[in-house]
Amino acid sequence: MLLWLIAVLAGGGVLAWLSERMGAAWPQRVALLVLAVAAVCTAMLWIGGADAAGLYALTDLPWIPRFGIGLVLALDGLSLLLVALTVLLGAVAVISSWTEISQRHGLFQLNLLMTLAGVVGVFTALDLFAFFVFWEVMLVPMYLLIAIWGHEERGYASMKFFLFTQISGLLLLVAIIALVLHHQSASGVLTFDYRILLGAAAGVPAWIMLGFLAAFLTKLPGVPLHTWLPDAHTQAPTAGSVILAGIMLKTGAYGLIRFVVPLFPEASLELRYPIMLLGAVSVVYGAYVAFAQDDFKRLVAYSSISHMGFVLLGVFAWNQVAVQGAVVQMVAHGFSTAALFMMAGALQERLHTRDLARMGGLWGRAPRMGAVTLFFVVASLGMPGLGNFVGEFMVLVGAFQVNVELTVLAALGLVVAAAYALLLMQRSFQGSPGGSAQGGSAPLQDFGAREMAVMLVLAAALVWLGVYPQPLLDLSGPVLEGLGTGRGALP
Amino acid sequence: MNAVSIPLEHVMALAATLFLIGLAGVLVRRNLIFLLMSLEIMMNACGLAFIAAGARWGAADGQIMYMLILALAAAEVAVALGLLLQLERRLGSLDIDAASELRG
Amino acid sequence: MEALWLIPLLPLLGFVTLLVTEGRLPAVLVAMIGAGSVGLAALAAAPVTLDFLQQGPGTVFAQPLWVWIDVAGFSPDITLYLDGLSLAMVWVITGVGFLIHLYATGYMAGDPGYSRFFAYMNLFVFAMLMLVLADDLLVLYLGWEGVGLCSYLLIGFFHDEPANGYAARKAFVVTRVGDTAMALGLFLLFRELGTLDIQSVLSAATTTWPDGSTTVTVAALLILGGAVGKSAQLPLQTWLPDAMAGPTPVSALIHAATMVTAGVYLVARVHDLFLLSPLAQSALIGVGLATLFMAACAALVQRDIKRILAYSTMSQIGYMFFALGVGAWSAAVFHLMTHAFFKALLFLSAGSVILALHHEQDIFRMGGLWRRLPLPFAGMLVGAAALAALPFTSGFYSKDAILLASAAAPGGLWLWAAASLAALVTALYSARLIFVVFFGPPGSAAGPDDGSNNAMRGPLVVLSLLALGGGWFGLAPPAAVLPDGGVSHGHGGWLAWVTGAVPLLGVGLGYLLFYRWRERTAALVSGAAAQTLRRFWQAGWGFDWLYARLFEQPFTALARLNRRDVVDVPFVLTAALLRIGHQLAADGQNGRLRWYLANMAAGLALLLIIVLGAA
Repeated sequence: MLLWLIAVLAGGGVLAWLSERMGAAWPQRVALLVLAVAAVCTAMLWIGGADAAGLYALTDLPWIPRFGIGLVLALDGLSLLLVALTVLLGAVAVISSWTEISQRHGLFQLNLLMTLAGVVGVFTALDLFAFFVFWEVMLVPMYLLIAIWGHEERGYASMKFFLFTQISGLLLLVAIIALVLHHQSASGVLTFDYRILLGAAAGVPAWIMLGFLAAFLTKLPGVPLHTWLPDAHTQAPTAGSVILAGIMLKTGAYGLIRFVVPLFPEASLELRYPIMLLGAVSVVYGAYVAFAQDDFKRLVAYSSISHMGFVLLGVFAWNQVAVQGAVVQMVAHGFSTAALFMMAGALQERLHTRDLARMGGLWGRAPRMGAVTLFFVVASLGMPGLGNFVGEFMVLVGAFQVNVELTVLAALGLVVAAAYALLLMQRSFQGSPGGSAQGGSAPLQDFGAREMAVMLVLAAALVWLGVYPQPLLDLSGPVLEGLGTGRGALP
Repeated sequence: MNAVSIPLEHVMALAATLFLIGLAGVLVRRNLIFLLMSLEIMMNACGLAFIAAGARWGAADGQIMYMLILALAAAEVAVALGLLLQLERRLGSLDIDAASELRG
Repeated sequence: MEALWLIPLLPLLGFVTLLVTEGRLPAVLVAMIGAGSVGLAALAAAPVTLDFLQQGPGTVFAQPLWVWIDVAGFSPDITLYLDGLSLAMVWVITGVGFLIHLYATGYMAGDPGYSRFFAYMNLFVFAMLMLVLADDLLVLYLGWEGVGLCSYLLIGFFHDEPANGYAARKAFVVTRVGDTAMALGLFLLFRELGTLDIQSVLSAATTTWPDGSTTVTVAALLILGGAVGKSAQLPLQTWLPDAMAGPTPVSALIHAATMVTAGVYLVARVHDLFLLSPLAQSALIGVGLATLFMAACAALVQRDIKRILAYSTMSQIGYMFFALGVGAWSAAVFHLMTHAFFKALLFLSAGSVILALHHEQDIFRMGGLWRRLPLPFAGMLVGAAALAALPFTSGFYSKDAILLASAAAPGGLWLWAAASLAALVTALYSARLIFVVFFGPPGSAAGPDDGSNNAMRGPLVVLSLLALGGGWFGLAPPAAVLPDGGVSHGHGGWLAWVTGAVPLLGVGLGYLLFYRWRERTAALVSGAAAQTLRRFWQAGWGFDWLYARLFEQPFTALARLNRRDVVDVPFVLTAALLRIGHQLAADGQNGRLRWYLANMAAGLALLLIIVLGAA
């Protein structure tokens, strides 16, 4: 079933590519259809319920038995949650690219769906080799998305993205192999199976953990490995940004939760405070640099760094409250940031600029867009009642139990977040309309039904996460419990 | 074989000098003809070294090598002269730096 | 009492309705929904109150709605909690709120953002109700941030003007500093006590911590930080005067009657924490007194009518903090309520004046308005009298209670003297307001058309009655919740007489200074030293100046400097180095035979040297 899900996405991509011959509008339709099918698959898995081990689905096929490599895909609550997020945001991305992409529609949708297929693989793989393969699979199409359909400096940005991810991916590969060999020398069994490696990883040298950490920290991204992100986001097409921020960053967080801490509990404990410090610094630094940006998308990109800093902080606080908070933050950030990137894309389509200095007073010209932006900006700064708040607050509550100083530092990020978020609102939609270079005060083409529908879905999801996150928490809770996030369970 | 033998060092020094002269010629001249002539000098310097060494140890190898070098030089000149004609015809000059189109 | 959930729901429904209709409804309907939802909430509060009163003032009613979060012991519920204190707050919010909404239907008539305005206002009322009905500190925090958001939205309501946006952002960010402190306080409480449920926290605190323990002091101070930010007390007070950029009904509702007093409510709500910590209580006194003085002096020299009222609000909330600090809990809440009446009245009257004068706000360009604007004049007169605490107005009872309670506190005579002095200044600036605006030489402001309508007049009349008679309510319900058991009017004797006489003295002095001898006063303050002092006070004691240099400018400058993100430098440098290396290598590949040969020869020579050197 899981393999089918991935195959549907990948095969659907090819289908979308081929369908371009029938007309430029077809690839989008096919892609949307594919995602609908994927959504149905996910929903069926969800409804099907979990077995005694908490798994909704399990695929365990031999792949390269000689090296102990299998195609092990498993879907537990956490994976299910992230796969659902992937499919939903994938659909959002397709819809957001409806009018933006003007060339090579088929290839575009192919890359989009291939990325999603890779991401779903990453979220479900329980074999380290398969995980690595999927990790690389999602990279290349993303690179192409930026390199072909990006904005002015797409070459630079896509190359930077590729190099950062590739080099850190290489470290991941080395670390995986080292871990496997270490396990082999200790137990005599050569296997890449996560489930076997999990229990038997005592006494693993700490440097192996650093390889994993480097890859995931780059993807997350955490300061100081974050600098590819602003460039990639700024230059990527809207759909690329949506997927990048909404989903791909989560693979880094997922990796930390699923692999780093459970596989290396001792090393994680040793490095806990330095990494939490990185998280707190990411929160504040990301917000602070966001404050100074003039480019709408760049600002949102830096705000992503800030938000993902909370995830890093929460994961390494490693108690149930903090890690659950990190999960909520992952999902909520997916929604809020996707919406803001779509807004940036919509503005660029209308104004042909992302420069905030050339915007201002847009509320009067497009009130719907103004209201929508306001909503997501407010969500982004952590307003209670919306998803991001629940995530951030839980992370901080959990982190406070582990370390007070770092929590205080991260909490300062809340103040800076208010500063950058409201400044974004001011410079784009508020202020005097005279300040905008593009078309004076003539009405702008406001959001239509299609865009409003997407935005309302995202907004509803955030409200749901904000006032009743319990179903989500119940979904991921047992998994995290199983990974050992009981209070103070990090030994 | 009691004749006054020339010390090996002297012959070697001469060969080295000849080689360096040839090398300098190759490096500084741009005209292909002079280049070829300089190459010839360098090869002869090598040949001299071989012969001297062969004589010093009473081995035939040195002389055999010299024969090979001679053959090589002849072949080289044949090919090079062909190249030279083509160069003259296509580029209208014998400047070797003009023939750097392939940047190879 | 089962209908409790309706009270916050109705304004929320109003907000949602106005939101989804996107301003396409006719103005009449918008007004009906906007003001009506709050009015209905007040109506819904009536049966609840009746039930409550039947069961006696000590009643407590909790209505669980749903589980918000439940993770490993962190389990805040969405539960509404009603006791005497929250009931009083509910009435202030829905009652005064409804009057202000009603007024606003007239005041905002014709504004293009009419619907948006009422949507924000309804959302505010909802958030404020959640704040006071919260059973859990996290739910309280939800309301707390919610009102902050609405305050931001409404201060910046006329968002075309960049200055308004700045004021709105300033308000949000400055209060966020306090909110963050409060959040840290919540983290601390949760870590120590394992719960955020208010009643559990309070009972656990008293059993867990001894008097004056460090932890409880820190927790109380952090919560005080939140209260200080929201209530515009020193040192986070700078946002309130600028917040007057919002429409006047907003100033009346949010920045006078309800939101800014949330800090007082919060401290009263968690009073047990403060009772455990003498230091935190002293901090309350210190903050209260300092703000009281600072703001009263600043109010004395402002020219903008709304800024006068803003500083006055700040100063009155200082009184409330002071009262909380000296243990006069009930008196603080009592003053909160009477202040809501008379300050809302003052703001709304000021709004009518401003509207009548086509948005003129400088009091020295008003003058002689009492004949032209009789109703606003009457309202302002009543409000100012209550503000100055003239005998038998509502403000008299509450302020008297505070002052007399302070005298009873340890070291009380000094506190009493200081607070009374501030009361004198209060009376003085109240008198100045009335005399300059309504009796001064007629100003240059525009024509005499009275811009108000019946929707605006009604609330003025009702609020005037409340401001006059609100003091006779007494305050039974909150008293049952608070530790001092109600407003006491003990400590009679000369203190009581002096306390009652101070406002009269102030008003008399004001009459002389600002009416009878106003030329002489003008001459008196035209000296250089007096002018410097005036400017200093007018700028709110230079706090804006100081904070701009201390925080804002370094923050912005550094951010600008780092716009390109210094962390990127090593990566860019690495890339640049590689590029240079690449360039060098590529340049070597130039197709020149002799260049290759020379390199070869040089390399060979190098090799020879190495080999021979090694040999």
